[in-house]
Amino acid sequence: MRKKMFRGKKYFIEALWEGLLKISGSVTSIIIILIVLFLFSEGMGIFKKKVVEDGYVIAVNKNNPVKDLSPEQIKNIFDVKIVSWKELGVNINEDEISLLRLDDIPNYFPEDQIAEDMSNLPQIISQILKEHPGMIAFIPEDFAKKGFSEKVLDLGNINLKEFFGGKEWFPTAQPAPQFGVIPIVMGTLWVSLGAILIALPFGIAVSIYSAELASKKVHKILKPVIELLAGIPSVVYGFFGLIVIVPLIQKVFNLDVGETGLAGSIVLAIMALPTIITIAEDALRSTPRAMKEASLALGANKWQTILKVTIPYSISGITAGVVLGIGRAIGETMAVLMVTGNAAVIPHTLLEPVRTIPATIAAELGEAPKGGAHYEALFVLGCILFIITLIINLVVEYISSKNKNKVA
Amino acid sequence: MDYNKRKKLNQASAFWIFRIMSLAVIAILFWILGFIIVNGFQAISWDFLTKMPEDGMTKGGIYPAIIGTLCLTAGSIIFAFPIGVLSGIYLNEYAGKGWIVRFIRMMTNNLGSIPSIVFGLFGMSLFVNTLGFGDSIIAGSLTLGLLALPVVIRTTEEALKQIDNSYRTGSLALGATKLQTIVKVVLPMAFPNIITGLILSVGRVSGETAPIMFTAVAYFLPMLPSSIFDQVMALPYHLYVISTSGTDIEASRTMAYGTAFVLIMIVLILNLIANALRRYFSNKVKTN
Repeated sequence: MRKKMFRGKKYFIEALWEGLLKISGSVTSIIIILIVLFLFSEGMGIFKKKVVEDGYVIAVNKNNPVKDLSPEQIKNIFDVKIVSWKELGVNINEDEISLLRLDDIPNYFPEDQIAEDMSNLPQIISQILKEHPGMIAFIPEDFAKKGFSEKVLDLGNINLKEFFGGKEWFPTAQPAPQFGVIPIVMGTLWVSLGAILIALPFGIAVSIYSAELASKKVHKILKPVIELLAGIPSVVYGFFGLIVIVPLIQKVFNLDVGETGLAGSIVLAIMALPTIITIAEDALRSTPRAMKEASLALGANKWQTILKVTIPYSISGITAGVVLGIGRAIGETMAVLMVTGNAAVIPHTLLEPVRTIPATIAAELGEAPKGGAHYEALFVLGCILFIITLIINLVVEYISSKNKNKVA
Repeated sequence: MDYNKRKKLNQASAFWIFRIMSLAVIAILFWILGFIIVNGFQAISWDFLTKMPEDGMTKGGIYPAIIGTLCLTAGSIIFAFPIGVLSGIYLNEYAGKGWIVRFIRMMTNNLGSIPSIVFGLFGMSLFVNTLGFGDSIIAGSLTLGLLALPVVIRTTEEALKQIDNSYRTGSLALGATKLQTIVKVVLPMAFPNIITGLILSVGRVSGETAPIMFTAVAYFLPMLPSSIFDQVMALPYHLYVISTSGTDIEASRTMAYGTAFVLIMIVLILNLIANALRRYFSNKVKTN
């Protein structure tokens, strides 16, 4: 009887334990699902936001046939880069575009006639617009409601095409914030590509040296060195880059500023090295001894064996390492933020300041008001990063599964 | 030149290139370490480690940042270690080969490669805003814990994988249950590798900046936190701030060197401890 009870208790604990383990095991999946949920639900909000800054509208004369303006066009109009309606394909008797912001009203209307509480502003703005057929006004929503007789443009919401095809990132621009991700995506690609081009030869050389040539003693030094390189915080890399590499680049290339894409690439290359080396070395080491010995027995020397047997055999592992290294470079935030200069323009060379996706999020999230279009745009950038890492992981998984089949 | 000579020459030149490039990588590490240690050492004093920052963070110490980093790291460990170790045990000892396990494993891999800034976004959205913790130690710790979780899981799994199956079957054959086998046989043997991996993950967590930027840290806060719902300063963020956007960047350079020195030292010491433990245990217990 006692024995039976003991047994029952034992099984109960066993079952409890197993349940606990199962819950812990599923935690990572739950977290991923939560990340997707939160990132996307915050980010998608941007496509429900109006093109024009929150709380404002764009208005024109009643007879103006203009229907639709893109954020870029609006920005160019208010930056006086587009000065005639013809450029927008609109025919109107007063072709020159004139601008009306709240500050401009006194230029058209005697100030002392504006009522204390500004309740007559809708009428005043309507009157000014009526007198100037070529005028475009950027006014608060409230003034375009009661008593307003001219045409308020319905510009719709920010759409996917403008977001992913836009060539300008200027989220605080007035009257229409610019959310074009192309410069940032290009910046990320340039910096990561540069980093991989620098890191690749070193990574492969070190992994071959470490796996095939180094004596046990040297290997004992090399391994902790690589581990330590992986362990140094990214902000320390950024600090080192800022103080050493940035001035160096400025001097060598004789530039006005040393904070360039190249500086980012060099720092990222150093940071991506440990990833590439560890994985490539493991792959090289997994080459069956018999294969190498067969090659040596046939009269090939060590270098020929490495080149013709070891590397081809382990190429998928090496590729996996390089792809993961690229992933690390694309996602790195702090070091890049500190050394690349963060100019959101489409780069033409690596010797210009550039800005990457993670650096944009880190630099701007603090200033973006919660729930606004800017805040949501940064979450969309987060989604893009998330999707890129997901794709990279799938690629790596595919490569290594192919490798497994080969061994079998 | 005949074939054999060329063959030899090729090999010699290729190997020399590899040697030089490997040497260059080692040199880069020592350059970075040396640069920060030499410059940072001058900034280190007892006052630097125990005083509040003064004069727009150009003088004084980094005491609150050290305490903040300790709090955040400790918080993330409390969260990530138990769950991570249990999850690792589940994946290696209990999970079969079905699609659920494959899915879980894939998700763990994915979680491990998500950029840290995405964790920052997520932590801000979930812990700071949705759960209403505000910028606080708890929000930052949980975010950092999420980052550490895949590392801990992988470490545990790897450590368990190295235990030979004969120990498990032997224990089970003697009448022990699965739980008893794991707790009394497998875990003690895997303990050295698990603990060294955990120590290394502590190093990684303590140096992270992006996840805590929007969940926990304050630009300047000349006092210590009194509860887990307070904001804190943290070493990595402090270094970022005083080297890029402080009130007077040139004047705070010494402070920046000192902070970088402390950060490097944390990583260095944790690495040394991990290596020492590895050596100590490998002499004591022979796995396999």
